[in-house]
Amino acid sequence: MQAEESLGYLFLNAFLINNFVLAMFLGLCPFVGTSARRDTAINMGIATTFVMLISSICAYGINVILVKYGLEFLRLISYIAIIAAAVQLVEMTLKKFSPVLSRALGIYLPLITTNCAILGVALIQTAKGYGFLQSVAFSAGAGAGFALALILMAGLREKLELANMPSVTQAAGLSMMLAGILSMTFMGFAGLGGSAT
Amino acid sequence: MSTPAPKQETSVTLEIFTAGLWKENPIFVMMLGLCPTLAVTNSLANALAMGAATIFVLVGSNALVSGLRHFIPKQIRITTYIIIIATFVTLVDYLIQAISLEMYNALGAFIQLIVVNCLILGRAEAYASKNSFNKSVVSAAGMGVGFTFALACLGSVRELLGSGKLLGFQVFGDNFEPWVVMILPPGGFIVLGSWLILFKWIEQRQTKKIISSDAATHCTVKHNP
Repeated sequence: MQAEESLGYLFLNAFLINNFVLAMFLGLCPFVGTSARRDTAINMGIATTFVMLISSICAYGINVILVKYGLEFLRLISYIAIIAAAVQLVEMTLKKFSPVLSRALGIYLPLITTNCAILGVALIQTAKGYGFLQSVAFSAGAGAGFALALILMAGLREKLELANMPSVTQAAGLSMMLAGILSMTFMGFAGLGGSAT
Repeated sequence: MSTPAPKQETSVTLEIFTAGLWKENPIFVMMLGLCPTLAVTNSLANALAMGAATIFVLVGSNALVSGLRHFIPKQIRITTYIIIIATFVTLVDYLIQAISLEMYNALGAFIQLIVVNCLILGRAEAYASKNSFNKSVVSAAGMGVGFTFALACLGSVRELLGSGKLLGFQVFGDNFEPWVVMILPPGGFIVLGSWLILFKWIEQRQTKKIISSDAATHCTVKHNP
């Protein structure tokens, strides 16, 4: 039944209704770490979406092979290896073709390997039994959702830098509070796709 | 812990253990491993199960990394660490599935996502790859207990306010209206934010006290001669 969902709904679901960062708590470390400035947030969002798409497609292929030979217990190890390889590939490609973007992303690119949102996409699409096109729609939605949350958060934090805040909230506590309010706002999207849980 | 450490080292190892509990607490101080922290702490039982699973993976993988640290080539160390961690996570995954299927379903994909918990890889890279076997195990255990402590802090507050229960027992009586938002995603962010602000406030009060007492001693020293 799950596998019959339409592509548009899958995209929307991962993008807004069950936003990866704000509703499913995936990819919080880069969300807190790279949301201090808007331009790094935009770069990070694009890079993550890109890696997510590639690794999701690769994970789909690997899963077909693993299931064929009955090696499901190797799933986790092979997924993480694929993601590490995909990140490496993206890094090398960027360095060759767009040194500017590669320099702008800096250390964030290797850190994508340990972004749980990417492994999360691969695991969830396997658990729900999505087909190839569904996997692509799902991972594109998840990536776009991650980028959206990151950029919104960066905008808010840039504004608050100029505000006069009590000194106790100047550490990560404030970011968490902001994320909580954003998350509450995103709850308003529940029911958008019709049959949301 | 029955670590057969030499006599001078015992005090050191105790310090290493307690560092993870408070001074370098992985969640409240270093902000590592946030995703499982927020996702599974909607009840205290889930938080404790997640903590136990993380301790197992952390201690096991750090012990192995530390034991093998002279044999792992430097260039491929991160990949090696990840594969060691993934092996332990696969173990824990099947273990929880065997012990309690209900708990397994409640924790969902987050057991498998322990692989990408930055806390574990971070400790392997920053500590276990440079220190002796005994020290690494003790430090990992300390970090794991500190992580579990933080999870329990979050889980108890969220379960208490969100459903009026603690570990399934009614606490506030029947007339309590649960704050449902606390169990939902926003509650996780807000409770963690509140804890962070509280700790920051305590820390600021302490430093203020130290500074003022410092200033007082300075004054007396100045005035004495």
